[in-house]
Parts: sequence; structure tokens; C-alpha cells
Amino acid sequence: MSGLIVTPSVGRRAARRAGDWVPAAVVFVLAIVVWEGAISAFHIQQFLLPRPSDIVSTFWTNRHTLWPAGWTTFKEALGGFAFGSLGGVLVATVVGRFRVVGNALMPIAIAANAVPIIAFAPIANAWFNPLSSTSKMAIAGVLCFLPVMVNTMRGLQSADPRQIELMRSYAASELEIWRRVRVPTALPYLFTALKVASVLAMIGAIVAEYFGGAFNALGVLIRSDAQILDFQTAWAGILVASLLGLALYGAVVLAERLVVRWTPATREA
Amino acid sequence: MSVSDTDPVVRIEGLTKTFARGNVTALQDIDLELMPGEFVSLIGPSGCGKSTLLRVIGDLVEPTAGSVTVNGKPAKRARADRDYGIVFQDSVLFDWRTVAKNIGLPLEMLGWDRDKRKQRIDEMLDLVELRGFEEHHPWQLSGGMQQRVSIARALAFEPALLLMDEPFGALDEMTRERLNLELLSIWQQLGSTVVFVTHSISEAVFLSTRVVVMSPRPGRIAGIVPIDLPYPRGVETREETRFFELVTQVRELLRSRGEHLLPEEELGLLEAPE
Repeated sequence: MSGLIVTPSVGRRAARRAGDWVPAAVVFVLAIVVWEGAISAFHIQQFLLPRPSDIVSTFWTNRHTLWPAGWTTFKEALGGFAFGSLGGVLVATVVGRFRVVGNALMPIAIAANAVPIIAFAPIANAWFNPLSSTSKMAIAGVLCFLPVMVNTMRGLQSADPRQIELMRSYAASELEIWRRVRVPTALPYLFTALKVASVLAMIGAIVAEYFGGAFNALGVLIRSDAQILDFQTAWAGILVASLLGLALYGAVVLAERLVVRWTPATREA
Repeated sequence: MSVSDTDPVVRIEGLTKTFARGNVTALQDIDLELMPGEFVSLIGPSGCGKSTLLRVIGDLVEPTAGSVTVNGKPAKRARADRDYGIVFQDSVLFDWRTVAKNIGLPLEMLGWDRDKRKQRIDEMLDLVELRGFEEHHPWQLSGGMQQRVSIARALAFEPALLLMDEPFGALDEMTRERLNLELLSIWQQLGSTVVFVTHSISEAVFLSTRVVVMSPRPGRIAGIVPIDLPYPRGVETREETRFFELVTQVRELLRSRGEHLLPEEELGLLEAPE
């Protein structure tokens, strides 16, 4: 039949996906090699920039402190991500249900989004017990809340009016229109926001820890290592933070692939 | 359904529709009756209210004055009873649903169980010749195929009335003519009543039992042309002398009423918003 876009077989698709990854992998390896080489070639001081190999070996030596510290921070980030995103979705749902409320709140939400929430980190430690994880979770959560709320709201409002008209022709209730049109339309928007939020959550948790926290937390370790000029260990901490941040981001991407199978971003992959 | 063959499927009396925004009189004093099994086209320039008329019949737009009954019931009641299927200019398919699930959407709304749905979806796939594409998503189909899915969806629950708003307007000439033939054969198989909005004179003449010519500002019925070409109609129908005579008749009716158009009307800028 004419005009049909043939869906590639699973095998070919897997091969093509691998093909997409090769250039990125090459560039990554090349960057590490250049980094490693540049330090010997230009005699860059250890405290300015350690070798990648040194960072990895320092990580390995200190893995028994770094991993648990990373885990502590990751749990804070995850908690903040979960509460913040959930809150964002809930508020967007309530607000989206009542257009007037949405029109009143949307500009404020967008303006609030521009407030550097991270500036509240030292204050948040005063609100909660500075050694507890609650203050970090709160900062991570607030960071996640706004982008998720704004995007979900926009998604819920982006439903195709013709699809709604079609549903009306079936005498569909508002709830059915919500479930069958508005929510599916909003899902790609939601996942875009969740990807942003997953990164913000990790940043929020670590920065909040810079202002004090449990001793076995990543932000606290990185800060104290930097203070005693143990930059290699600080870098190893950053490595752990990056790996965990990537893991959270990857989990969201995976979830998106599983749930949203129809948008241009996921259909070709 | 308690409608006998002599009762009209759609009865429109003294219908007027004005839109507060822009103070546009989209429709004025429309009287029209559609008999069971009729295929009636509404044709006219942009802004003549033909799409609005279709939406009033479907109770998607409320009339300002006058009455619309569908199957002997007020339009609102008919919509609640799901008495009609609708097809828009764009296929309005749901990207997140497969072809089969798009066709099954109205059946889900009617609360049909899975097996019954599956059976009807299969019948519909055969009807619009899309067997083998049930698990495809809309973006994997050409425009013509998408519109066939849309037609299958509208017909899936066997509505007595089919409302079509320029369903082939966005398609190329070749696809359009092929789908015209398919639509005619489906209509003859099912015997449903069709209201068909179009911009194309030849399409209207080719398909219809009657062509309702509308004029703009305010939207009125300028005249009704009965099409006496015998069914089944085929490719050769478009080459018959009678076909050309009828096309000319419709065109002249359009021209006599539409020559004082403002430029913005021709551009459709005054087309009433929903």
C-alpha cells in the first residue's frame, strides 16, 4: 500500500540504534584521552585538574565511603524528585481542571520558576534539622516542582480541540475527555519536565549539602575534601554524583520510552 | 429505531445562528429535511455557514433560533443517544492509539466488551480496506489511509446519520476520487443518511442525491439541486453529459448568489469561530 512508512525489523532497529551510539562513544573516549594527555603535555597541576585515571583510582580506593555517601545523597534527590514531581502533577491537575485558576496562576508560576530556588539552601537548613535529609529533600523537591507543574499544565491545555469536539459527539463526559484526550496529550510534556527535574533533583540535594548535612553525604564530602585541598577525592565525589545523576535521568528516559510510544522523540528510536 | 421510512432523519425548521463575537449571522432561516438513506451535500463559499450547519445538526454548536430534530428527537438528545458519526477535514486520529483502537474508540464509549469490539473493528477494517494495518499508529499511514480510519471510526457503531465536514478536502485529487468511490460503495452497503460538506462542485454532484447550495452573509440556502444520476456511480459517471449539466447548474447557482463577496469572506476570515 502506498505511503506506508515501513517499520524496521527489531534487529535492524537495534543495529541502527547501536550505530547512533558509536560516534558519541568515540568522542567520549577521545575526550578522556585528550584530557589525560593534556595534563602530562602541559604540566597541569593536580589541584587544578587531576587525570581521569587518577580520579577513577581515587574513587576505587575510597569506594567504601563514596558509595554510601552517594547513596545518601541519591535518596535525598530521589525523595525530592518524587515529592516535587508528584506535587507538580497534582497542582497542575487541579489548576488545569479550572481554567480560571490556571489563568490566574500560570504567570505567577512562570515568574516563580525564574527565582533561583537554590539560594534558599542555607535557609532551608535553618527550617529543618541541618543534619537531617529533610532540608535537602525540600530543596530538591521545590526545584522539581515548578518545571513539572508548568509543563504538565501546558500539556493538559494543549489537547486538540477537534479531538475534544469528537469526544463531545460521542456524548463523552468531562472525565472521559480528561482521561482519553487531555492526559495522553500531556504525557510527553510531563516526561520532558521529569527529565529536567531528575537533573535538578541531584543538583538541589548536593548544593543543599554544601551548607551542612550528615557526614556521609556527597555534598558534605566534596566540600570538606576541597577545603583540605584533597581535590582528587573531591573529583571522585563529583564522579559519583555524575553517575548517580545519569542513572536517575536514564531511568526517566526509560520510563518515557515505555509509556510514550507515539511522539516523534521516541517513535524512531 | 422508531423512525419509519417516510419520517425525515433530520428536520431543520427556521434555524438561525448568530455568533456574538464579530456579530456574524452564520445561518439565517434555514429549513431543510433529510430523508432516510439520502446523501446530501452542503456546498458554498467560505463563510456561508455550511460547517456551522453541520455542527448544529450534530449539537456541537447551539442554534440561536429554530429547531433541529434528528430521528424525531431534539439534536441534544440525539447526540446523547449517539445517533450520528462525524468525520472532520483532518482525520483527528489519536496518535497514542493504534488504527484498531482508534476505530474502537466510539465502541469503548458505548461500553461494548472486548470481543464484540474486536469483531466490529475487523469488519470495519475490511470495509475501508485497511486489513493488516490494525496495529499501526496513525503517523505510519498516508493521509488517505488516515481518513479511511476516520471514516471507519465514524461508521463503527452503525449510526443512522453520518456527518462529514470536508472529509477529503486535504487530500490530493487522485486519492480524493478513489475515496469518493469507496464512500459511495460503503454508503450503499450500509444505507445510512449522509450530510457531506464540501468545497468541490464535482465531488458534491458525483456523490449526492441532492446538493444544497448555500450563499454567505448571512448563510442561507440559495437553492437545492436534485441529482438524478443513477447509482451505482463509477469513474464513467464523471464523463456523462448529464454530470456536466448538473455541475453547471450548481456552479451557476453558486455564482448568482456569491458574486458580491468581500475579499475577506473569500479568504474565510469571517468563517464563524466555534
